[in-house]
Amino acid sequence: MTIPAMVVRVRQKRIAELISHGKRLDERGLNEYRNIQLEVGVIERAEGSARIRLGKTEVMVGVKLETGEPFPDVPNEGVLTVNAELVPLASPTFEPGPPDENSIELARIVDRGIRESKAIATEKLCVKPQKKVFVVFVDVYVLNHDGNLIDASAMAALAALLNTKMFNYEVKNDEIQVEPGYTQLPVVNHPIAVTFAKINDKIVVDPWLEEEQVMDARITMTMDKDGKVCAVQKGGYGYFSKEQILEAAKIAKEKSEELRKIVMKS
Amino acid sequence: MSKKSSEKLINKNDVRVDGRKLNELRPVKLEVGVLANADGSAYIEQGKNKILAAVYGPKELHPKHLALPDRALLHCRYHMAPFSVQERKSPAPSRREIELSKVIREALEPSIFAEYYPRTSIDVFIEVLQADGGTRCAGITVASLALADAGIPMRDLVSACAAGKVEGHLVLDLTDTEDKAGEADMPLAFMPNFNAITLLQMDGKLTSDEFEQAVNMAVEGCKHVYALQKEALKAKYVVKEAVEE
Amino acid sequence: MINLSTYYEKRQLVLPGDLLAEGDYITGDNTYKEGDKIYATRIGLVDYENRKIYVVALKSFYIPSVGDTVIGKVVEVSLSSWTVDINAPYLATLRASEVLDRPFKPRKDELPSIFDVNELIIAKIVSYDRTCDPLLTVREPGLGKISRGQIIEITPTKIPRVIGRKGSMVNMIKDETGCQISIGQNGLILINGKTPEDERIAIMAIRKIEEEAHTSGLTDRIREMIRRKKEE
Repeated sequence: MTIPAMVVRVRQKRIAELISHGKRLDERGLNEYRNIQLEVGVIERAEGSARIRLGKTEVMVGVKLETGEPFPDVPNEGVLTVNAELVPLASPTFEPGPPDENSIELARIVDRGIRESKAIATEKLCVKPQKKVFVVFVDVYVLNHDGNLIDASAMAALAALLNTKMFNYEVKNDEIQVEPGYTQLPVVNHPIAVTFAKINDKIVVDPWLEEEQVMDARITMTMDKDGKVCAVQKGGYGYFSKEQILEAAKIAKEKSEELRKIVMKS
Repeated sequence: MSKKSSEKLINKNDVRVDGRKLNELRPVKLEVGVLANADGSAYIEQGKNKILAAVYGPKELHPKHLALPDRALLHCRYHMAPFSVQERKSPAPSRREIELSKVIREALEPSIFAEYYPRTSIDVFIEVLQADGGTRCAGITVASLALADAGIPMRDLVSACAAGKVEGHLVLDLTDTEDKAGEADMPLAFMPNFNAITLLQMDGKLTSDEFEQAVNMAVEGCKHVYALQKEALKAKYVVKEAVEE
Repeated sequence: MINLSTYYEKRQLVLPGDLLAEGDYITGDNTYKEGDKIYATRIGLVDYENRKIYVVALKSFYIPSVGDTVIGKVVEVSLSSWTVDINAPYLATLRASEVLDRPFKPRKDELPSIFDVNELIIAKIVSYDRTCDPLLTVREPGLGKISRGQIIEITPTKIPRVIGRKGSMVNMIKDETGCQISIGQNGLILINGKTPEDERIAIMAIRKIEEEAHTSGLTDRIREMIRRKKEE
């Protein structure tokens, strides 16, 4: 369990008070995201990569492709696996060691968005039916934690996947032979995560670190390109009313379209 | 193990494979105070799910630097027995179990008066002995009873129930088969006194309207579970009350 | 307009989260108020006293209180104090200064020879608050090491009934069985009789009180039960 970084009580109160009056300490609107900068292809060794700055939160995602065995219940489909690392340099609260519950939760939320929206056309990743498929490794690397790692990681992951190139190949005598040239990884849906924090009974979008330390609870809604909900995750020790959740779903639809445009442009 | 595509899960009369209606819960059996050593305990059978919960605490937390100065630390472990599923599961905690332990803890936390017991820990152990879909919900339901049985002061019980979409229909309380073959699964936990949703997860695809309907359906399911929880507590303690009259 | 409504009869079983009353009531034990509504926090029997609503918990654990007499077990001995398990969420500390009538001399005084690990003591709580563990003393008559007798454990909430009004119940049991009985507020009771048979009867009496704590006429029924058992 993470122990929140020390935030001066006085500042905490200020943040919460402002929010009850519909304002935020960094002068954003309740439904406004921080400034987003997204770059792709930043790591040449990876098959796909992206780096995002969401305010001061910084996340890098690398995609590596390998070949491997398919799962027995879906023998002709590629495999997706998402991992997240909260590396110690990103925050005084991150300790070195095996993934803790926070990095596991982060990885699984990003994974769910991609998997449930069927973003990757995994049936096109079959090399040899029932024997060999492409395995897509999505590795989320948090470089600086200033709040809302989920949305930042999800956007960067999508951008990295859109950036990913698969090498061309031919199967000769049961062996894979690499051919010249590349094809884009078949990405057919574009899931976007929108996270809300509940502070003093108000919900705000894209909480930054100090807001996260004050919030009662958070909820993430991942929407696909058709505006369908494909993943939801409530987190934190507080709760939401049914009305707040439905309101969040409405706002998420709108915000996900805005964020998707940013990802698609990069 | 996958179902044959020719077998439908819901027939044309909107009846499911196990005979249930779309918005019907599986049969639930709850028992409180089943383990002698634990401070509080309870057991649930919901359909084929068999889950045991035990609570230890509040007790002083060591090492001291992990304790919270102003409240009890709630620690929760959701774990599946190796024999609980079709293919033996390794006893080591999986990533899924770690995530579920976290969200279950976050679902139960709002219900307890942790601030009454600074520097202590309250440990909740949920052991899934047999699994058939909806185990985190059944786990929350039974853990809440175990907390009450342990005498931990609570704001309210927490009840949980999942809704989802199978073959185009919105349904309540999905079995494992329905979850795997269906279009969406949405576990939800609810604390009625505060109209509070303390756990909400979803994976699959739902339109905004379907999402709203599913949330409503799950909340209604939770209210039903809540009544069953209260009955189970009464059943354990009413005997004592009768003796005292 | 004042709305005063209560939803349960006196001594009815209530469960955590049950709405007990609405309106201008005062919260007593095991209840909390949210807006105008008062809810139970534990399983127990609800009761009313003027405008106060409280719940007598059927299942609870002991919370230390200054002035309480408790029975505990030594779990650790350090250089100048003992750590004592008093069956509560917090371990208690007994400092050497609260045992010896003279100043503590670290070199000369061997703490384990006074009380060792696993030994039982009767002590009194001299201080306790939210920020630190309870502190004990044995510097009063009747306190100190327990060397003989039987210890039984009952739910702490039933202790007042075992004591009775102004000690009427426990004194009656002492008279009828000839046993010495020391009651810890933390649910532990020490019984010392002239014969094991006397102790057994006293224990039976206490267990019966635990079960029937909320009935009336209990003192007389227990007295009769003890007399019957003695004749057997």
